[in-house]
Amino acid sequence: MNVMVKANRRKLDLKSGRVDLSHGAGGRAMGQLIEGIFHKAFDNEWLRAGNDQSAFMVPGGRMVMTTDGYVVSPLFFPGGNIGSLAVHGTINDIAMAGAVPLYLSASFIIEEGFPLADLDRIAETMGAASREAGMPIITGDTKVVERGKADGVFISTAGVGMVPAGLDLRSDATRPGDVVIVSGSIGDHGVAVMSKRENLEFDTDIVSDSAALHGLVAAMVEATGASIRLMRDPTRGGLAATLNEIANASKVGFRIDEEAIPINPEVAAACELLGLDPLNVANEGKLAAVVAPEAADALLAAMRAHPLGREAALIGHVVADDNCFVQMATSFGGGRIVDWLSGEQLPRIC
Amino acid sequence: MRYIDEYRDGRLAKDIARQIATLADPARCYHFMEFCGGHTHAISRYGLEDLLPQNMQMIHGPGCPVCVLPIGRIDAAIALAMRPEITICTYGDLMRVPGSNGSSLLKARTAGADIRMVYSTLDALRIAEAEPDREVVFFAIGFETTTPPTALALRIAIAKELRNFSIFCNHVLTPAAIQNILESPDVRKLGTVKIDGFIGPAHVSTVIGTEPYEFFAEEFQKPVVVAGFEPLDVIQAILMLVRQVNDGRHEVENQYIRAVTTFGNEKAQTEIANFFELCESFEWRGLGEVPYGAVRLRPQYAEYDAEKRFSMVTPAVKDNPACECGAILRGVKKPADCKLFGTVCTPDTPMGSCMVSYEGACAAHWTYGRFREHAKASERGRAVA
Ligand code: SF4
Repeated sequence: MNVMVKANRRKLDLKSGRVDLSHGAGGRAMGQLIEGIFHKAFDNEWLRAGNDQSAFMVPGGRMVMTTDGYVVSPLFFPGGNIGSLAVHGTINDIAMAGAVPLYLSASFIIEEGFPLADLDRIAETMGAASREAGMPIITGDTKVVERGKADGVFISTAGVGMVPAGLDLRSDATRPGDVVIVSGSIGDHGVAVMSKRENLEFDTDIVSDSAALHGLVAAMVEATGASIRLMRDPTRGGLAATLNEIANASKVGFRIDEEAIPINPEVAAACELLGLDPLNVANEGKLAAVVAPEAADALLAAMRAHPLGREAALIGHVVADDNCFVQMATSFGGGRIVDWLSGEQLPRIC
Repeated sequence: MRYIDEYRDGRLAKDIARQIATLADPARCYHFMEFCGGHTHAISRYGLEDLLPQNMQMIHGPGCPVCVLPIGRIDAAIALAMRPEITICTYGDLMRVPGSNGSSLLKARTAGADIRMVYSTLDALRIAEAEPDREVVFFAIGFETTTPPTALALRIAIAKELRNFSIFCNHVLTPAAIQNILESPDVRKLGTVKIDGFIGPAHVSTVIGTEPYEFFAEEFQKPVVVAGFEPLDVIQAILMLVRQVNDGRHEVENQYIRAVTTFGNEKAQTEIANFFELCESFEWRGLGEVPYGAVRLRPQYAEYDAEKRFSMVTPAVKDNPACECGAILRGVKKPADCKLFGTVCTPDTPMGSCMVSYEGACAAHWTYGRFREHAKASERGRAVA
């Protein structure tokens, strides 16, 4: 009995301790893990209440909810880790509806043997990211699975937010003549992650652009309000997938201009080396917005005044097209389609 | 890593395009074949065809090692991979290539086969060293460019006395295929378009040099320009070909002087010759049997030759009879001429070799260029209306 009490009192060994199956079994060890890592990192009044759920007040109006799973490899990459990514990704899903993010949940599936120090680092980053965004993590869940059944840590999150009155962004709202604006250079996140993949390590200063975009979105909504037709964050599948999705949802085409698309030269070089197209590469801190042409200048000005939109650029416009093609004028003066990627993006051999 | 900027200068390209337009004789047609998929990709991705005059046509040749790998070789690799003691190591873009009945290495992996994606032959060697209980087979594929690294892996494996490492050799040879395009029996069957000149792949020539093309230039009286894969390289090569055609010359020229020499990398060639010998005939998907179209391990290295070591059998698998790859690879037809194009055959569900890899002519046209047909169709529609 005494030994148990002592063991329970003993702090988690964050330096060299590892997750074991007891950390997911619902007993003392699990309580200790949650207290010592998650509550410490996410600390807020809702979690402190210690319930399996959290009750909260909502202002009247339209609410959005989203959920997402994160399985990134490697877990730590230049510019962030799976934790910050999980928070930013969920905030951005909420923000793309023009909504103000309110609350987050986080659920962890941890592989037996995972170092506590790494889990602690991940949780700390998540806590910091959520605090910075004013979107506390108010409930969560922890499971531990046997070694080999997960890749270190999987995180799944859910988030809720409120849409300001009068705003209704829909994926089928674009019409010919509208313009497309991106908030900054594309492909940074995907290349940063790839540069650290086992077997693929290459030298680059690129860091992930992982960031919470709700502040930028708020500035955009304030500047132009309902003139914004829709917003998307081009994550997996990159800008190419996002534009194709919008084109198909709205039954329109796009004409974009390669030279107008901001791409970091290092990203372009790395993509060349790996045989990838930056337009297919993931972003975690960028957005694409379709907006009525008369509001474009005001929107660009508002975006460029925000730290996350400094490189905002108008990259093309919406056209009538039954084929829903996304066409691009290349920097060489030719034309081509920008298509979705088929299957997984795999490096070419030559 | 800023090295590419200077080869992506749009203004310079437009300048070269203007020169091409000025030099092109309106009274004649120009047909140039870019042999290598890397060039096809650059042409489609940068929309270079839009920069060329109407009477100039690029023919997309067979040059993508992934595309030309026959289905039977994929089936053989999959069958081998299903054996419990075997680990297959291969490059990423081979993983999705369909074998027969919709199989692929990727699908075999989900069915439990131990197939690992590597980025170099040395990764495969490392796996063999680290896991002595596994039989590690490197699925080697590629043109002359990727053959030296395979030879190097063999050299290291022998030096380290690695007994659990072998090679499934699918290294094919460029000059043999070009010759086949010009004079195979299929040419009579399929008919042929006139080819006025070739763009040769620079990466192959960094190894073999420009010299092996001298024979063609001479024998077939065709100009060859060896060129890099940046869009500026390609358009400059086209300009060089136009000049040769106009002058009635048929020479081998080198656009890629930044890395290609006449005789290439002789050390690499010796290394290839040390370990490999010519196959009398090798099937290229889309082209059929190509005499001297590939290399295989020399008999003294049979122990490292996966085909011998594991008695692999390569089944003969026919392409879909509606597939027009053979004609497309020879420039007789265009991707949109194939009934399967964009209907049953897309990059997600490739039926023929031209759609299998991103660099194939059909895949490139689907991914980057198919709007042109629609544009033409709607123009016709407007004209009729
Ligand atoms: S579209 Fe498909 S089936 Fe037709 S020629 Fe091309 S690859 Fe072959």
